[in-house]
Amino acid sequence: MSSLRMTAGWWASAKVTLAAFAIALLIGAVLIAFSDEDVVETLPNLFTYPGDFFVAAADAIGSSYWAMLKGSLGSWHAIASTLERSAPLICAGLGVTFAFRAGLFNIGAQGQMTIAALIGGYVAFAWQLPAGLHLLCALVACLIGGALWGGVAGVLKAQAGAHEVITTIMLNYVAASVLLYALSKDAFQRPGSDNALSPQPLDTARFPSIGGVHLGVLLALLAAVLVWWVLDRSTLGFELRAVGANPNAARTAGMSTTVVYTVAMVIAGALAGLAAAMNVLGEGNALSPTLVGSIGFDAITVALLGRASPVGTVLAGLLFGAMSVGGVAMQASVGTPKELTAVIQALIVLFVAAPTFVKALMRFKDQGGGTTLLAKGWGA
Amino acid sequence: MKLEIRGLTKRFGDFVANDHIDLTIEPGEIHCLLGENGAGKSTLMNMLYGLLDPSEGEVLIDEVPRSFATPGDAIAAGIGMVHQHFMLVPVFTVAENVMLGDESVRGGVFLNRGQATERVRALSQQYGLKVDPEALVEHLPVGVQQRVEIIKALSHNAKVLILDEPTAVLTPQEIEELMQIMRELRDQGTSIIFITHKLREVKAVGDRISVIRRGRVVGTADPSTSEAELAEMMVGRSVKLVVDKEPSTRRDTVLQVEHLTVTDPRGHQVVKDIGFEVRAGEVLGVAGVQGNGQTELVKALIGLIRPDTGVISLDGNDISGHGPRRSLEAGVGYIPEDRSHDGNVGSFSVRENLILDLYRDDRFARGMALRLDDIATNAQERIEEFDIRTESDQTPVSALSGGNQQKVVVAREFSRPLKLLVASQPTRGVDVGSIEFIHRRIIAERDRGTAVVIVSTELDEIYALSDRIAVMYDGRIVGTVTPDIPREQIGLLMAGATDTGEERV
Ligand SMILES: Nc1ncnc2c1ncn2[C@@H]1O[C@H](COP(=O)(O)OP(=O)(O)OP(=O)(O)O)[C@@H](O)[C@H]1O
Ligand SMILES: [Mg+2]
Repeated sequence: MSSLRMTAGWWASAKVTLAAFAIALLIGAVLIAFSDEDVVETLPNLFTYPGDFFVAAADAIGSSYWAMLKGSLGSWHAIASTLERSAPLICAGLGVTFAFRAGLFNIGAQGQMTIAALIGGYVAFAWQLPAGLHLLCALVACLIGGALWGGVAGVLKAQAGAHEVITTIMLNYVAASVLLYALSKDAFQRPGSDNALSPQPLDTARFPSIGGVHLGVLLALLAAVLVWWVLDRSTLGFELRAVGANPNAARTAGMSTTVVYTVAMVIAGALAGLAAAMNVLGEGNALSPTLVGSIGFDAITVALLGRASPVGTVLAGLLFGAMSVGGVAMQASVGTPKELTAVIQALIVLFVAAPTFVKALMRFKDQGGGTTLLAKGWGA
Repeated sequence: MKLEIRGLTKRFGDFVANDHIDLTIEPGEIHCLLGENGAGKSTLMNMLYGLLDPSEGEVLIDEVPRSFATPGDAIAAGIGMVHQHFMLVPVFTVAENVMLGDESVRGGVFLNRGQATERVRALSQQYGLKVDPEALVEHLPVGVQQRVEIIKALSHNAKVLILDEPTAVLTPQEIEELMQIMRELRDQGTSIIFITHKLREVKAVGDRISVIRRGRVVGTADPSTSEAELAEMMVGRSVKLVVDKEPSTRRDTVLQVEHLTVTDPRGHQVVKDIGFEVRAGEVLGVAGVQGNGQTELVKALIGLIRPDTGVISLDGNDISGHGPRRSLEAGVGYIPEDRSHDGNVGSFSVRENLILDLYRDDRFARGMALRLDDIATNAQERIEEFDIRTESDQTPVSALSGGNQQKVVVAREFSRPLKLLVASQPTRGVDVGSIEFIHRRIIAERDRGTAVVIVSTELDEIYALSDRIAVMYDGRIVGTVTPDIPREQIGLLMAGATDTGEERV
């Protein structure tokens, strides 16, 4: 009976997500049609030859989405790119998810990744160590860098009550500036270059490739399993979720909100650090101001779409990774701008955030309860 | 207005919370609903008020079938409800709260405060609901806030007023006043549906009584029925309304409090130089009107507030300021006065709440790993033992009825060996059958040699359990007496008279 209840809840949110995805694709299709030159050419004659318009539109939409699908999943090579692109999204998303379960809205994955990349990157290009050991050191450096930056927000929250949304946003700016500053110093500058660019990470510090994907992908999935275990099966996760859901009752039960907030942000930061490792040690990118891109922010979206559950975050990360790889392929092969995928992603999140709207659109029967405020006896 | 409920049914999944309920509320009567925790009283009221959709059945108002999709519909039909958790904006005045969402007091885009104030004044005069329309809600005591809720309902012309356990959070004085207001409303033609677990109140104001058990109406009674009979109708067996207990065999001192002083966050000294001791195998009842420092005293005892000065020693070790975890580990059990605020995590399952402060115990964790099987077994045992009515042990606690939520807290605190039990309003919102059970458990705990501190605003409860009674007034213990002294004398102490009765504060 109880498991039925849980599956019902799970299925309900999956339904909304799938519906949101479908609606977003539909709106995306309209955008594709009207940004396609062949379709636009048929418009003046829309009322005389409406058929032309529909044929052209169907052709544009079909070929764009087909290119996207093929580019992201059509071959082993495509799948490998998708996995590698998803890995940092998954890790950073897990960081946001983890903090969220402790009741903390962690906007700081971006800054945590930046600091992690800075420290880990330095180890990766500056230190000279034997292959395995070098990778290990660089990886740990990434984790420590992220944990450090996340921990700052955690300590500020726990000790001074500073709201984590404010501090993590501010720390993002600080991290970006720290990176720029470091890149202006000789220690980080690539010799013989005037650009804000560091040397390439050494090969000894790179993730080895297994079957076409780098080891980091495996680590990302392992991290997800670990996060699931900690949240669902461990005493730490129990404390974390209790503090996130009702800090007063948690404190009364002898839990320390101070410890929980700090630990949650340290671990969230370490997960963001793992995401940075995907960039630096996986792709082998040199440090530059644009290294992290917008992964730290996309992570928030991924976690939100994944309903702050580890499994959901992995699925959402894979979806976003596939769309981003597919988008590039689509632009290359049929010329539809890859920015379209960003629009679709944003729409999905928008609809997921407005479940009532999606349910109304799709005419799902609302199960009631949920958002309705129920009057109960006192204290109920 | 006549309200008729016909065959109203509510199912949650397979669970039938209301099973073809038939009930008629005549105009101008106070209709009391009695029933065990989880019997379905609140569910029925939520359907009447448009908060839940009925699975079956209909509601007739003056013989006309009506259905309410939202509370707005119910209000328009003349039904008002006072929620136990008040829905007031604390930083607004009484008048502003009453006119919230009320179009009739609008002057264009502006709010007509003057008119709203007048409305409140008129209503409060008409029904004898004393309240200052210009007072800020956050400055009002609970009892007066409740009056504001009633005025709000009346200002929407409510002809049927639902009061779901309104007295659970009131002081005896406030309850008296509320009952007076209810009589006044009835005499002016408003019908009232009154839910309570206190049989004395039912007998005092009720015109008719309906008893609900496991989702069905099992009978009606009139207020002359004896409390024992009413209790039996509710629970389906005879209930002992007073616990049997042997005189306490006092042993060594377990808890020793000396010169305890506590300041609240606003800087007021709320506990003033208190000292007392509780021995093993003894129940100390702390009586007093709500808000005389009991809350802070209790929080200091279990380490949630750090006292300014003083010593709290448990078995000779000072535990003041060590935090709740140390107290828990030292063997202090705690039943907080506000279960949803401090006692349970609403979104957690019953199973998880039953180990909320025990999850570190070797019974439930191996290193960092939770022992899920043992946690599940524990839940089954506690649910069985304490008769917690829940669909399953995976149900979120917030879906349980109020009294069953309280039983979850009580069951948890009784599932480990205790040296000291601190219980604040341990039976608030709990039905008579469960009160009997919880009281018996508290006495059994005492007999096992636990020192017990009971804080309650219910004198009945204090008398039923205590071996000694300490009366608190204005942050001090103004007298410690034995339960053989008459109620009037305790009443005087609670009002601030000192032991000798001469020095009034
Ligand atoms: N949203 C819900 N989902 C599942 N079960 C529910 C829900 N709301 C109430 N219930 C169940 O319905 C039953 C009746 O609950 P209700 O709150 O009406 O009891 P009650 O008579 O008001 O009890 P109390 O005196 O303790 O307040 C309970 O067993 C409760 O667990
Ligand atoms: Mg109720």
